[in-house]
Amino acid sequence: MAAFFFYFFSALTLVGALFVVFNRNPVNSAMCMIVALVGVAALFGLLHAYFLAMLQVVVYAGAVMVLFLFIIMLLDTEAGRPVTAPNALAGVLALLILAVGAKWLADHYTFPVTPPSVQAAALAPANNPLAYATSAKAFGYGLFTKYMLPFQVTGFLLLIAMVGVIVLSKRPSTESSRDSRSPLPPPQ
Amino acid sequence: MNPGLQAYLTVASALFAIGFAGVLVRRNTLVIYMCLELMLSASTLGLVAFSRYNNTMDGALFVFFIITVAAAEVAVGLAIIVALYRRRRTVQVDQLNYLKN
Repeated sequence: MAAFFFYFFSALTLVGALFVVFNRNPVNSAMCMIVALVGVAALFGLLHAYFLAMLQVVVYAGAVMVLFLFIIMLLDTEAGRPVTAPNALAGVLALLILAVGAKWLADHYTFPVTPPSVQAAALAPANNPLAYATSAKAFGYGLFTKYMLPFQVTGFLLLIAMVGVIVLSKRPSTESSRDSRSPLPPPQ
Repeated sequence: MNPGLQAYLTVASALFAIGFAGVLVRRNTLVIYMCLELMLSASTLGLVAFSRYNNTMDGALFVFFIITVAAAEVAVGLAIIVALYRRRRTVQVDQLNYLKN
């Protein structure tokens, strides 16, 4: 049953991602992006990371994609034009390089069913204080013990981002500078 | 039979490849940004798979940080795109060629 769900949600994710790339209309791209992100969240759920699955749906598929849709509709950009030959060539080359890399990885690294590092002593709770757990409590414990400093840095980063967004989206005030109001000359 | 680590890594790499191709092929800045987000999602999927495989919480905690940083990045990036649109009236990257000549 888990295999069926895995294949179903993998297909959903990959098809959604393909439609993001190949849709002409940015709004349709954003809708397919939501499908792909919910598929990733379902894969998180299959990996027993329920908290992350919820976080993915709320933050990514909720907040971030609403922001994207809002900006797309605000800017009202025209639909995409057909892909030019250099762009298509670059895309095909990129996919080729990644396919070769993935093939190499699959040939050279076969992971055993149980990793050797966790087989014996590492499975003891005393040796593995941050064992994989599904509860949100385990996340909180890890964040406030081992990853305390990154956690605080992340909070500070959010503050910086907020200040940056306010500065960027503020209209230039009348007395601030004159050249910010006069746009660059149009292209020749 | 449950799908193993290899299956999840395959899906993650395929998702990353699709996002990468989208970044290179598309010219709308907003769609390029969405494809970047797809690549970030693919990396988080790989991290969670490895985290479960190795029975540690570290990878899952890193996904937490990645989601936070991605949200901050989207907010700032979209503000930059809006500022760009205000001055240039376009978000197509092939029309943003002021440094070219």
